[in-house]
Amino acid sequence: MSYFDHLAFGIYPYIAFAVMLIGSWIRYDREQYSWKTSSSQLLEKKELRRGSIPFHIGILAILGGHAVGLLTPAEVWHVLGISAAFKQMIAMGVGGFFGLICLYGLVILLKRRLTNPRVRASSNPMDIALLWLLLAQLLLGLTSIFVSAGHMDGSEMLKLMAWAQNTVTFDSAEAVAAMQGVHWIFKAHIVLGMTLFVVFPFSRLVHMLSVPLQYIRRPHQIVRQRFVR
Amino acid sequence: MKVRAQIGMVLNLDKCIGCHTCSITCKNVWTSREGVEYAWFNNVETKPGIGFPKEWENQQKWHGGWTKNASGELELKIGGKRRVLANIFANPDLPEIDDYYEPFDFDYQHLHNAPDSKHQPVARPRSLISGQRMEKIEWGPNWEEILGTEFEKRKKDQNFNDVVQKDIYGQFEKTFMMYLPRLCEHCLNPACVAACPSGAVYKREEDGIVLIDQDKCRGWRMCVSACPYKKIYYNWKTGKSEKCTFCFPRIEAGQPTVCSETCVGRIRYLGVLLYDADKIAAAASVANEQDLYQAQLDIFLNPNDPKVIAAARAEGIPDNWINAAQNSPVYMMAMDWKVALPLHPEYRTLPMVWYVPPLSPIQSAVQAGHVGMNGEIPDLKSLRIPLKYLANLLTAGDEKPVVRALERMIAMRAFKRAQQVDGVEDLAVLQQVGLTAHQVEEMYRYMALANYEDRFVIPTSHRAYAENAYDLKSSCGFSFGNGCGDGNNGVNLFGSKAKGVRQVIPVELKD
Repeated sequence: MSYFDHLAFGIYPYIAFAVMLIGSWIRYDREQYSWKTSSSQLLEKKELRRGSIPFHIGILAILGGHAVGLLTPAEVWHVLGISAAFKQMIAMGVGGFFGLICLYGLVILLKRRLTNPRVRASSNPMDIALLWLLLAQLLLGLTSIFVSAGHMDGSEMLKLMAWAQNTVTFDSAEAVAAMQGVHWIFKAHIVLGMTLFVVFPFSRLVHMLSVPLQYIRRPHQIVRQRFVR
Repeated sequence: MKVRAQIGMVLNLDKCIGCHTCSITCKNVWTSREGVEYAWFNNVETKPGIGFPKEWENQQKWHGGWTKNASGELELKIGGKRRVLANIFANPDLPEIDDYYEPFDFDYQHLHNAPDSKHQPVARPRSLISGQRMEKIEWGPNWEEILGTEFEKRKKDQNFNDVVQKDIYGQFEKTFMMYLPRLCEHCLNPACVAACPSGAVYKREEDGIVLIDQDKCRGWRMCVSACPYKKIYYNWKTGKSEKCTFCFPRIEAGQPTVCSETCVGRIRYLGVLLYDADKIAAAASVANEQDLYQAQLDIFLNPNDPKVIAAARAEGIPDNWINAAQNSPVYMMAMDWKVALPLHPEYRTLPMVWYVPPLSPIQSAVQAGHVGMNGEIPDLKSLRIPLKYLANLLTAGDEKPVVRALERMIAMRAFKRAQQVDGVEDLAVLQQVGLTAHQVEEMYRYMALANYEDRFVIPTSHRAYAENAYDLKSSCGFSFGNGCGDGNNGVNLFGSKAKGVRQVIPVELKD
């Protein structure tokens, strides 16, 4: 076990989560005005529609897949009668499918942000950096499918699951141990993924926490009192 | 009965001279900031024309306002709540900046520091968004000013629908025009409020002003689409939507809005209306669009009715508000004289900024004997502005209320002319339009003389009683965004650019 592994897979995830939680909390508390989607649709509409919809659908499916796939204990899969090999196949197929959809959208969005003069001029450095980060992460994830294709027994996936589950149960020594011998591409994917958590509160990613699901339930009209009588 | 009070506005289009003072003073106060250069909380359009933004009245295109769904229930035209959320990744009904116009400025500095050259230096336009040169300005906030642009383009105006032989109005001899100043309608049934996924847009209970909570707005942009008047603007710089605030800091202090205060033609009126909030839903969902005007009149309450006064007091409406409602010029024009009409009631938002339709040239034709007389009043079919056009604008196509309003205005003139010039009381003309001499004298006082204190009857809010003034000591007052603590410290941790910095590429000097 190298020092690097310990730092990257034992300590960094906690730093990343702490930054995300505390950072988001402070921003929500102190900087509500900055909490927004930062939409540039007003400045350019057509390309945004072509890119944003597949990007969001793809990335939401991928995020959900990761959460379920990584955090559901192996025993549960066993009870359900889903073998590791079969689960890996599903993950590769579904993940690859939505990964490609997401990639299609992301490339359009990145090209638009870089080449449309209006969008470019109104972009923050973070808006552009974020798209590059997501692209790198997505490409790493998609490439890992080819690595996985080299061993279809699901053993590598079980290691990654063990890492994730040990991390969330604060067994960091176990978590680091689980990462031994894992292909570097997964390691890079994890480190970059954790970095996205670090970036989260400092970027427009925070709009994820404001999914307006309460809209479905609320009455149409909202009336507020200026002065409490 | 749930009595609520609202500050409403009436614009007397008969007196609007199209000077744009309202728009300019509004812009200077509210939208002279980066990100909203293109936004005009108040703008004046020359009608007929497609308006600002382009074709805003075409709801087949923009899907603004409300509609009745298959089961007869009121639903946003952009879709039910599920559809609104399903479109959250990319709003299909959002106008693009080019539908408004690309904001620009000129390189004025070039006039000062251009090097010696054979030709006079010129200040060329530059985009305020991208900072790049704009070779040709294709559209602006008031491109159709005084019949600018060809009739072929202007005739897409939705108010021409069902106007017979609309093509003849392209002819020089037949052409007509009028001004339409527009601002947020502060509707009783606002579509923007209903469309906001974050619940950031709200209506104030005290005075009915519709506002956007800038802290709660997340920039989903559904309000921009849902507003049929296209009076919510997305600030591309801050990523939040903004709208006309009805100058609430002024209204709270008993002062008229900036657009009303500065109106040189004295066409604007502000006053309190009491209405029954329990009837809003029923009024907004009447089956026939042409009944919406009457339905809205029916939810306004008579401020002199003792029952209404008692109910208003029970709701906690202060006495100075009830007093103001009793002297409200808006109530008089909308309810007593019925000369003010709502703008596009068919959007079902129950708008609260109303308009007195404009008279148009007819007199010389009458004198020359070309126009038939209808009793004392000339036949309104010979007005230069087609009645159908005005009806499409103000009463969902029903000409009767428009005719009544115009005839009453003509009757007022005829009566006062007879009184002042001939020295006789011409009561016949009043009988014909159903007015009493007293009513006409009041109309004359409010609409012709239009004194300041008659036009603006605005009660102050009881702020001093409602809030503990001591706690407000050294607080922020009115401010944008995060208020006094704007989080700006040069290096902003959360990635927003410093405010007020214009990104304009410096002019290159060439010999």
